[in-house]
Amino acid sequence: MTKLNINGKTVELEFDEGTPLLWVLREQAGLTGTKYGCGIAQCGACTVHIDGNPVRSCVYPASAVRPTQQVTTIEGLSESGDHPVQQAWQELDVPQCGYCQSGMIMAAAALLAKNAAPGDDEISTSITNICRCGTLQRVRQGIHRAVEISRETQTS
Amino acid sequence: MSEGNIKLSRRTFIVSAGASGAGLVLGLTLPVSGRAKAGVAVTEEVNAWVVVQPDDTVVIRIARSEMGQGTLTGLAQMVAEELECDWNKVTWEYPTPGENLARDRVWGSFATGGSRGIRGSHQYVREGGAAARMMLVEAAAMQWQVPVAECSAANSVITHAPSGRRTTYGKVATAAARLVPPTEIPLKDPKDWKLIGQPAKRLDTRGKLTGEQIYGSDLSLPGMLNAAIKACPVFGGTVAGFEADKVSDMPGVKGVVQVDDNAVAVIADTWWRAKSALDVLPIEWDEGPNAQISQADIQARVREGLTADSAFIGNSAGDIKAALTGATTRVEATYSYPFLNHATMEPMNATALWTKDACEVWCPTQNGESALAAAAEAADLPLEQCDVHKMLLGGGFGRRGGGDYVRQAVLIAKQMPGVPIKLLWSREEDMKHGFYHPITMARMEGGLDEDGNLIALQIRISGQSILAGRIPEALQDGKDPIVFQALSPDGDHAISYKIPNLLVDHAMRNSHVPPGFWRGVNVNQNAVYMECFLDEMAHAAGVDPLTFRQRLMQENPKGLAVLNAAAEGAGWGTPAPEGVFRGLATCYAFGSHVAACAEVSVDDGGKLKMHRIVAATDPGYAVNPQQIRAQVEGSFVYGLSALLYEECTVKDGEIEQENFDTFPSLRIAEMPKVETIVMPSGGFWGGVGEPTIAVAAPAVLNAIFAATGKRIRNVPLKGQNLLSA
Repeated sequence: MTKLNINGKTVELEFDEGTPLLWVLREQAGLTGTKYGCGIAQCGACTVHIDGNPVRSCVYPASAVRPTQQVTTIEGLSESGDHPVQQAWQELDVPQCGYCQSGMIMAAAALLAKNAAPGDDEISTSITNICRCGTLQRVRQGIHRAVEISRETQTS
Repeated sequence: MSEGNIKLSRRTFIVSAGASGAGLVLGLTLPVSGRAKAGVAVTEEVNAWVVVQPDDTVVIRIARSEMGQGTLTGLAQMVAEELECDWNKVTWEYPTPGENLARDRVWGSFATGGSRGIRGSHQYVREGGAAARMMLVEAAAMQWQVPVAECSAANSVITHAPSGRRTTYGKVATAAARLVPPTEIPLKDPKDWKLIGQPAKRLDTRGKLTGEQIYGSDLSLPGMLNAAIKACPVFGGTVAGFEADKVSDMPGVKGVVQVDDNAVAVIADTWWRAKSALDVLPIEWDEGPNAQISQADIQARVREGLTADSAFIGNSAGDIKAALTGATTRVEATYSYPFLNHATMEPMNATALWTKDACEVWCPTQNGESALAAAAEAADLPLEQCDVHKMLLGGGFGRRGGGDYVRQAVLIAKQMPGVPIKLLWSREEDMKHGFYHPITMARMEGGLDEDGNLIALQIRISGQSILAGRIPEALQDGKDPIVFQALSPDGDHAISYKIPNLLVDHAMRNSHVPPGFWRGVNVNQNAVYMECFLDEMAHAAGVDPLTFRQRLMQENPKGLAVLNAAAEGAGWGTPAPEGVFRGLATCYAFGSHVAACAEVSVDDGGKLKMHRIVAATDPGYAVNPQQIRAQVEGSFVYGLSALLYEECTVKDGEIEQENFDTFPSLRIAEMPKVETIVMPSGGFWGGVGEPTIAVAAPAVLNAIFAATGKRIRNVPLKGQNLLSA
């Protein structure tokens, strides 16, 4: 059994050596919001946070996560689904099929945590997730809108 | 065939390829009567489309599949428009294909493709909403003992004006359900629509923001096991043998089974363990003769078709031979378009539970009835003893119209009766076992008169036929009419231009690679061929490409208006920013007029930057304009990913590309700014999910030519020098 801190809770999970964090989250922890898209860190559908940093969990061995590190998945991004990125996504109807959006939202949230108001160039550099439906334009708009929502929340 | 014990064979599939032959048309007519199925729960529905709960919640039944395209919300808007219900209390549910079968297909077709979700069902879903409203109002009138004509409904409230009495839908729903449904169902005049035409928010967004939305690949059932599969990498190859005992002791492995004659699956407690065991399972393949085939062989065969004597004529006018001979200027060019994988974000998957008496399947599918047919056939059970639970799709794009992965899941489950089995393909399996956008080439020859008018155009298309590969029963005397999409004489893929002397024909050159309906279907290559070559002709004539097209569109005012809107929106005819160049493309496809004007620059190193695209769409009626915008924006990602990067190639009989590293998709950094003009002119119903994809590539290619003077005739751009030959 290995201890992991996922979404603020310490859990003990049993998994084989070498199992990627993605599959431990999905199959051992029952958190299926994080998606499998490619298995080779290309598409970003599996993006989660480890201590706030975006990580492509499909190639990140679960055994490499220390018990002191905080793993955050889409299910734990906010208590009631109201992180500024989630609010902006809802407002702009960003998702289409939605399959890539957990990863997209986690990547966007990680960017905003580091940079409260990223410019278009920073968004282009930081968000490299694939979306086959093609929501990319609304993802960009959504990040800008999330910045506004954060500001509105802070000033209100 | 007795009614109580019907076995569906492949022969009983009657394919509904329409006359226009557009898009994904894997609809099938089920060979049974509408005998009510015992045990089907009749809920408090007013009719098949509308359930009203006592708290006034309205559940709208949706037959078509939601795969991101927004159809679900648009269909609900159309029902709600006629129902006059409170939109804020609307929710939705899918009926199952089994219920549809048991109720004489009361929900019509479940097929979701060809951009038909809205345009193929607008009439009967609006009638469903209207009929329910009429019954609800009638039920209230009966309770009040007043004439129906004195009652009206709005926002889920029924009012009897003379007495001022009011009630809500929830209070009369049970009584309404007992009434005889109306036979005359008048619909609103479009000018009276209040909800249709509004940018309503999608009904399926919330769960996609929190991880709560369960896709097929997320499903978990009690006692469920997971399966990973590998089919012979060479199409047509078979399993010669495998050494199950080499992996059967690995952690969690519960079984190793053959699936059909061409695949092996490992079943384990978790998918990761199943996949890990499959990765090291020794499998011997009998690759068969296709292992000798490589890309060059397929290309040579397609190229040969460009000059073959025999071809199937799809559109002709005037005397092409004489016109070309008499032309002042003649231009010739050859274009090509590659195999492409759909690459849905969610790989293929299905969960099946089989017993000797019943089979249930949970899966993402674009056609629930095809999935049901595939399940029943694989289960070797009557249709009535099977059912399919549709899951929201993690992308479709035409890939999920068939039942290949459903069949596999059932065949695996059949080897473990009573145990639910979730089959999930790896990305690699998904890339190597798709149904690929057909490979084609085109030889173009055009003639100009002395005033620079296009007087003759000959297009020879050569290449793979989707129908021949997927639905050979739909071929007409061995010929495939769908190959002429956007070049046809009439129908919802009619050519946009009037060209006095025209010949468009097709030499079918199939390969062993299974073709499929890839979002946009044959319009993708046909629009590249037509729109880029028209650009070549315009330049040869010394005529502005917009003017050149306008001259040919005088009898197509709606198409012309769309082209003009895109051109004007981008500032065609006015100076572009320094170093930026424009390109145009237009077409009529899936019943809609679309056009795009792209702005690009190419730097000294040959690097392309796509700055902006202005896109215009006239779909006749625009049910949800913000979702049309989403489809247009997304169409550029799909179409430009293909233009820039995507190509599937064949080596030793198998597809070489295995993942997104060798089959890339557009990233946000490369995404041009898309400005969408939705300009519904009314009077017709066009689709929006696909047509814009087809203008993405030619608009950018024409802009590249404007920037560099180099004409790119083969896609993708990957690896090509944009600056010089």
